[in-house]
Amino acid sequence: MTKDPSSVLPEATQAPPPRAAPPAAKAPRGRFPVDARLAGLFGVFVLLCLVGWLTRPDAFFTEGNLSTVLRLAAAIGVVSVGMTFVIISGGIDLSVGSMVALSSVWMTTLATQSFGPVVMVVCALAVGLVCGLINGVLVSYGRVVPFIATLAMYASARGLAERISGRNTQVVRQADFLAFFRGDFLGIPVLIWMFALVFVVGWILLNRTTFGRRTFAVGGNTEAARLAGINVKRHTALVYGVAGLCCGIAAIMVVARTTSGASTNGLYYELDAIAAVVIGGTLLSGGRGTLIGTLIGVLIFTVLGNIFTLNNLDTDIQNIAKGAIIVLAVLLQFRTNRARKST
Amino acid sequence: MSGPSSLARRRFLTGGAAVGAGALLAACTSNESPQSAPQAVAGAAGQNAQPGKHVTIGFSAPAADHGWMAAMTKNARAQAGQFSDVTFTATEGTNDVNQQIAQVETLINQKVDVLVILPFDGKALTAAGQAATDRGIPVVNVDRVFDTPLAYRTWIGGDNYRMGVNAGNYIAGELKKKGVSNPVIGEVAGIDSLPLTKERSQGFRDALAKNGFTVGPRVSAQFTPESGEQMTSNLLQSASKLDALWNHDDDQGIGVLAAIDNARRNDFFMVGGAGSRNMMDLIKADSGVMKATVLYSPSMASSAIALARLLGQAKGIGDLAEHEIPANVTTFSAVVTKENVDSYADVAFDS
Repeated sequence: MTKDPSSVLPEATQAPPPRAAPPAAKAPRGRFPVDARLAGLFGVFVLLCLVGWLTRPDAFFTEGNLSTVLRLAAAIGVVSVGMTFVIISGGIDLSVGSMVALSSVWMTTLATQSFGPVVMVVCALAVGLVCGLINGVLVSYGRVVPFIATLAMYASARGLAERISGRNTQVVRQADFLAFFRGDFLGIPVLIWMFALVFVVGWILLNRTTFGRRTFAVGGNTEAARLAGINVKRHTALVYGVAGLCCGIAAIMVVARTTSGASTNGLYYELDAIAAVVIGGTLLSGGRGTLIGTLIGVLIFTVLGNIFTLNNLDTDIQNIAKGAIIVLAVLLQFRTNRARKST
Repeated sequence: MSGPSSLARRRFLTGGAAVGAGALLAACTSNESPQSAPQAVAGAAGQNAQPGKHVTIGFSAPAADHGWMAAMTKNARAQAGQFSDVTFTATEGTNDVNQQIAQVETLINQKVDVLVILPFDGKALTAAGQAATDRGIPVVNVDRVFDTPLAYRTWIGGDNYRMGVNAGNYIAGELKKKGVSNPVIGEVAGIDSLPLTKERSQGFRDALAKNGFTVGPRVSAQFTPESGEQMTSNLLQSASKLDALWNHDDDQGIGVLAAIDNARRNDFFMVGGAGSRNMMDLIKADSGVMKATVLYSPSMASSAIALARLLGQAKGIGDLAEHEIPANVTTFSAVVTKENVDSYADVAFDS
């Protein structure tokens, strides 16, 4: 019996094989994920809010506006949570936007609306999960590079969404679905509750469970993870499954927001999610990252769009500002990384 | 010839207007069979509808990648089906310019009598239109205009500038009726980089200016329901007071309305664009902010087929003194309101 009963690790931990130490050590589990990089990023966010407040003191910090920002952040935020898992595990998922489109179209067509809200929700989750698992199986068992496997899904999922919907916008007529997902709970929109729930569950999964530790291990050093007894292939497939499931949840949110399923839903989500994850400090090479960083990344972009519209500015310049923020944030992280390494 | 595009759009021949109006009027009394559902299609008919010389019409259009474009192809096909003397040869819709050029060449080689071309890119397809014209095949150019009139016999299309003008005039008129001074007028445009969006916005600005009003908060979306919802949610936070809102596109309008509904706003009225069935239903019900929509109707595809047939039969348009089919036909962007919605229901398309 090598296991220490007083260990803080949950008992589901793998029986530690002799060489378990390196990957486990790579995971920043013990450290609460607040560090210089995150503080800097949070500074950018606060600064942005300050700009919003200074330019529109009458509109920015109102209950309606904050609720609007959070509601708009919800869908892309949920997708970004899944993307964070994939990128920490050393992969990339280019198909998230297409999976949102396919899930949303599937839940609003194929007569699912006539079977009631539960069928719609289950359908969206199942479609997302299955697409994600297909990505995962292709990547892990099929040995297809993540970039290529998810690129294939990017094209085919949207194509299927277009075929199913006939490129028509499917307006939701299911009253119960609309009443619930467009409604409030304790004065806060249900969409924001969903976002918070996904974030908390994702945070626990990543930072407090074996699944999360394995994700860091696989992304940090695949070979070491394999030697440590982790079923790397199965785990990778599951990580893409998580991302797909998140897309299913996001699809429900988009359908609720727009009251329609369309093959154009989730357009450019892959780019927005990757941008949010990367400026959130997650390494594109895998092995390290935080969900809090991703959350701030998503909020920065959503608030930016909000400030631009509040001040009636052109959207073209918004894209330039978005690019500048990505570069700034990454440069900032690079510098703080180096500073920390040299100490 | 410089700027044939703008020339063609702006030029508003009396004959063109007559044909456009005639097509619309005729469409109202069209004898089209009701079982062509789920989507009814706009059709034209008139005295020229009596069978004449047999005509083979070749048709090439982009992929039906959204409701409006899908309706264009459906309308063309349905219109051709109305004539016993027309053989309709359509190619698979494509957004690949090279493939569309190849399709047009194939149709030329098949020796069709008339070609109807809705180019994915008017400039890129000009040479193909020219090749057909050189071979003696008259070309009916639909909507996206070729670089030179040398490449087509007749152009028929919509009027984006006038869409903006008519939306602006309607909004200004309604506000004046209510006696609103200094109104806040919002605009949800489509993709800002497209010339059509610029023309629509310019027309809107000009018409409002003539009435002494200006455009207030303005956002541009991507023609999708999701972008419409997102941009409008922000816009509504920006404008605590709003008197009217023009949304360029009825497809993104579904999202725009969702945002308005979510913000529980009803302090203003909204005007749409294009003329989808969803929006016409809402206008008719008159239960929310949606009060009108400005047409940019895919019925022009039906008219294009009717014109192509007449060209093939060397006929003119009966009610006109002209011996020939006019060179330009610009459809009119009528404002559809509760009062007249029933008469436009047949040109509504499923977005």
